[in-house]
Amino acid sequence: MHAPPSAIQRYNYSERASHWLLAIGFILAGLSGLAFFHPSLFWLTSLFGGGPWTRILHPFLGLFMALFFIALGLKMWRHNVIDANDKEWLKHAGEVMAGHEERAPPAGRYNGGQKVLFWLLALCMLGLLVTGLVFWRPYLAPMFPVWLVRLATLLHAVCATGLILLVMGHIYMAIWTRGSIRAMTQGWVTRAWARMNHPAWYREVTRER
Amino acid sequence: MASLQSLDLKQRSATTTPPPGVRDTLEVAKLIDISKCIGCKACQVACSEWNDLRDAVGRNVGVYDNPADLTAESWTVMRFTEYEEQDGRLEWLIRKDGCMHCADPGCLKACPSPGAIVQYSNGIVDFIEENCIGCGSCITGCPFNVPRLSKEDNKVYKCTLCSDRVSVGLEPACVKTCPTGAITFGSKEDMKQHAAERVVDLKSRGYRNAGLYDPQGVSGTHVMYVLKHADKPEIYHGLPADPSISPMVSLWKGALKPLALAAMGVTALAGVLHYLKVGPKEPLEDDTPAGKPPVR
Repeated sequence: MHAPPSAIQRYNYSERASHWLLAIGFILAGLSGLAFFHPSLFWLTSLFGGGPWTRILHPFLGLFMALFFIALGLKMWRHNVIDANDKEWLKHAGEVMAGHEERAPPAGRYNGGQKVLFWLLALCMLGLLVTGLVFWRPYLAPMFPVWLVRLATLLHAVCATGLILLVMGHIYMAIWTRGSIRAMTQGWVTRAWARMNHPAWYREVTRER
Repeated sequence: MASLQSLDLKQRSATTTPPPGVRDTLEVAKLIDISKCIGCKACQVACSEWNDLRDAVGRNVGVYDNPADLTAESWTVMRFTEYEEQDGRLEWLIRKDGCMHCADPGCLKACPSPGAIVQYSNGIVDFIEENCIGCGSCITGCPFNVPRLSKEDNKVYKCTLCSDRVSVGLEPACVKTCPTGAITFGSKEDMKQHAAERVVDLKSRGYRNAGLYDPQGVSGTHVMYVLKHADKPEIYHGLPADPSISPMVSLWKGALKPLALAAMGVTALAGVLHYLKVGPKEPLEDDTPAGKPPVR
């Protein structure tokens, strides 16, 4: 990678690969699932070879996504434990969104908002995985009573909606905070990026003020 | 099988615009008078014969039900229940199980595939298997546990109320074959009228709780029963007393769909507007002093 000499590495190859395989899984599972969610989106089944093929593939695409979420989550959860500083940061989340980052306490490797996002993503992923298994036809659904299948189907749709909204937020933040996408594609950030967005992390990795 | 009736659709699964419905047909119903049924299963044979389906030969599981359950090849099954009345008399309740053809069909509501389930203006709910994707949502949506997913082709099957026969003016095969006249077919109004007469007769013979089973929780059905014990439908092999589409199915296929799509749309717009107002978040310049070592 052609990083400037002063760059700071934020994500190594393994983290970047996990993230983008997860992203591909999310897009494929998401599009194939949305095809069944609303009649106006049924045309999305064309992307997967028609209705029956979309039905066949969707659970496997979901498992693919869950696998890489677990892979990435195991690397990231330690960095996402919410502490008192994060709670204070969250009180200033509105100001940060309005462009006044300096009014919030200095964020570490992840700020309070990112940490909340991480755990909400984990919750939705877990919900999708567990509920999806319950109504997986023809393999698993016959093992469960119909009331549980109904509940699982409803919760699957709720978790999927939650996940899509969270990822939309995640993508927007990456676009809004310039330099973030490069961090996840090439792995490095500038010192100015780190000082602006994650001052406490910057001090930790550079031991500079 | 493709629909023989294409101009008289009342509802079509996963379709948000009106289906072709220029032709308005008479609302029909099948009335099953359980008090006249002798459990001969001729209706099962007629169903199998007309629809040209041969279920695999099963095993005797110790009861008269044969086959033991509805399957993709057996669209109707006689359910036998030994019921003991309070005075100790034993009564053999025999119910012809199968699709009830609900006016408010949970299968159709749950189905995500456009046109895989239709309801004709005559009230018949039909599966159009060539549009079926095999997801089994109809099984989740059905309050009567009727649709069966074929292990051979992953399509769901159930009683069609002989929509092919009805569309050319014939009665369903089971009706034609019933030797005791326990199954009758006609306009829904006529069948209700006939049921009312049967109920009067049953009451005069001491069945004080005799009545018509036409559950309003699903806005009525196009297969109705005359029950001697209409106050306790559950004794007829678990016939639900007050069936309706589960609130979980209604929420999933009702409010959640538009709300979720609206939330996604609003989120996308909020991003655009936020970006226009606050702009990109980036350091004005990279003020890193020259010669700082990279951090790995």
